[in-house]
Amino acid sequence: MTPHPVLDVRDLTKVYGTGEATVHALAGVSMTVDRGDYVAIMGSSGSGKSTLMNILGALDIPTAGSYHLDGVDVSKLADRQLALARNRLIGFIFQAFNLIPRTTAVANVELPLAYAGVKAKERRRRAMAALEVVGLADRARHEPNQLSGGQQQRVAVARALVTEPALLLADEPTGNLDSHSTADVLEVFDQLSASGRTIVLITHEPEVGDRAKRLIRLVDGRIVEDVRQSAVDQLPVGAASGRHTARASMPGWAQHESV
Amino acid sequence: MSLYEVIRFALRGLSANKLRSALTMLGILIGVAAVILLVAVGNGSAKAISDRIEALGTNTITVMSTGRGGSSSTALTVPIADALVDPALAPDVASVSPVVTASSSTMTYEGTEHSVSSFVGTTPSWFAASNTPVGTGSAFTADDEAQGRRVVVIGQTVSEELFPGVDPIDKQVTVGGALFTVVGVLSEKSSTGFQDANDTAVAPLSAVREVLTGYGALNSILVEAKSPDRVDAVQSEVATILNQRLKVSATSTGSGNTGTSSTPYRIQNASQLLATQTETADTFTTLLGAVAAISLLVGGIGITNIMLVTVTERTREIGIRKALGAPRRVILTQFLIEATLLSVLGGALGVAAALIGSSFEIVGVKPVIVPSSIGLALGVSIAIGLFFGGLPASRAARLRPIDALRYE
Repeated sequence: MTPHPVLDVRDLTKVYGTGEATVHALAGVSMTVDRGDYVAIMGSSGSGKSTLMNILGALDIPTAGSYHLDGVDVSKLADRQLALARNRLIGFIFQAFNLIPRTTAVANVELPLAYAGVKAKERRRRAMAALEVVGLADRARHEPNQLSGGQQQRVAVARALVTEPALLLADEPTGNLDSHSTADVLEVFDQLSASGRTIVLITHEPEVGDRAKRLIRLVDGRIVEDVRQSAVDQLPVGAASGRHTARASMPGWAQHESV
Repeated sequence: MSLYEVIRFALRGLSANKLRSALTMLGILIGVAAVILLVAVGNGSAKAISDRIEALGTNTITVMSTGRGGSSSTALTVPIADALVDPALAPDVASVSPVVTASSSTMTYEGTEHSVSSFVGTTPSWFAASNTPVGTGSAFTADDEAQGRRVVVIGQTVSEELFPGVDPIDKQVTVGGALFTVVGVLSEKSSTGFQDANDTAVAPLSAVREVLTGYGALNSILVEAKSPDRVDAVQSEVATILNQRLKVSATSTGSGNTGTSSTPYRIQNASQLLATQTETADTFTTLLGAVAAISLLVGGIGITNIMLVTVTERTREIGIRKALGAPRRVILTQFLIEATLLSVLGGALGVAAALIGSSFEIVGVKPVIVPSSIGLALGVSIAIGLFFGGLPASRAARLRPIDALRYE
């Protein structure tokens, strides 16, 4: 195990608005997530789970509190380093998929690699491999509007994991999907967890939360419940053997081997 | 991430919205083409006017003797005329033609008599300088002049009077008791004023002096400037040389004082016509410049609008790209390249359209492209495209990813 957790937040607060209209979306959240864990954050609408997710994904900045991602203090990073962190440390999966329109699935998956400076040939190989993992290699040439919601979300998952990030974040990944597509996507998450990926997702669906190794409940910007449902190093039931490639050396960042 | 990759992103971005890209380029195309063509039409008509004025012979000045007492020290002589051909003191002089004029000399051919109102003796350069081309036959040569050969070029009126229905070339006419051979007939010249410009005959200076006028002073010296706008320079250069040769004290003369009683000579030029020409050209330039500026402004607003809409609409895409780890610089470069490609391609097509359009006659004017208008129109449209494409892109690239993603 590595000496520090993948994710470590301390007394995170986020305040929207000023004066009378002040809203405390997060009122002091502290949590750590270890490598290989599969955490589901649940909470009702307005509990601050999306705000927490955006901060964890370095898409938003907290009002106060510290955030260490893979040992790096994200709150102290400048714009350029933040872009690097988003690119190399985090794979973000949105509820609304957020694929680039009129761009093929494989080009969408290649995008983070392009920003990472990976050569075109290597990029194509890794993008295809990632699409293989989510079972969409045969749809690589399709544009988002030619794919179903579940397929789009699986492309988004492939895009999130193609850079081999330390942390996969998913913001209600099944929120826009029917039950069949939800099952497809969750299966992908199980597989990824089995192969040692660290996953944090938020959801309001109990069946999604039940599959995670750890369940956190958020109410009014505070953690009210933190339950371990299965051990970190335990393989989720029914998960296929994991796919693993050693992460390329990244200057400026600590190198870790996955579990 | 290499520039090549960013350019590929930009191309993909443009091809994802083919219709909008094409319309943007069309807007720039029309703006640029309109400006270049309008200025070209204005320039073309200004040039047509200037050509018409130049046909009257504006690039010459005439030096005349004021002829007080005919004292030899103040008379215009051939050596003085020769002295005006001086590359050092008079660099703007193209040619100098000494002129003697015999008025009302009678020309006879086979018993028909005609009184030529203006019988000119000069050098061959006079034909070009005075804008008096030879219609049929040929002008006399410098050799004819040097040898004093008795040859003559006659005007249209003379030709009609003496040779009705006959080709006058190589016929012999008698002038002042000497035989002259007709070698050419001048082209019809439009008469200005009461004198018939076609009632004239032109012969070598040496022959005319020998036969008609004697070896006295010259009547005038026709000096041709290298270009119409050098006429004033020629005038002052000529004045300087003449003052020197005729020993006029510098204090009593200035370069511009034509016809002042203190000088023994008078300089006439067509500066008034030139001034009119300049004024006309200036008016045209101002008028069309204003129209061009307005059309460029309208085109620019069109480009601005499309650029703003394009980038604003893609704020969400910018958010996605930022969430995937695109640095601000890469996003900005991508959008700047998109804007540059649109405005440069549109501008280049506009220049091409203008160049094609300028080969046709527009409202009776042959457009003449002004190179600087191409640069100006292209520069302005590209600058507008870059600025209004780059500004919202840089604003969007600076947003927090979550704000860009939430943008609707």
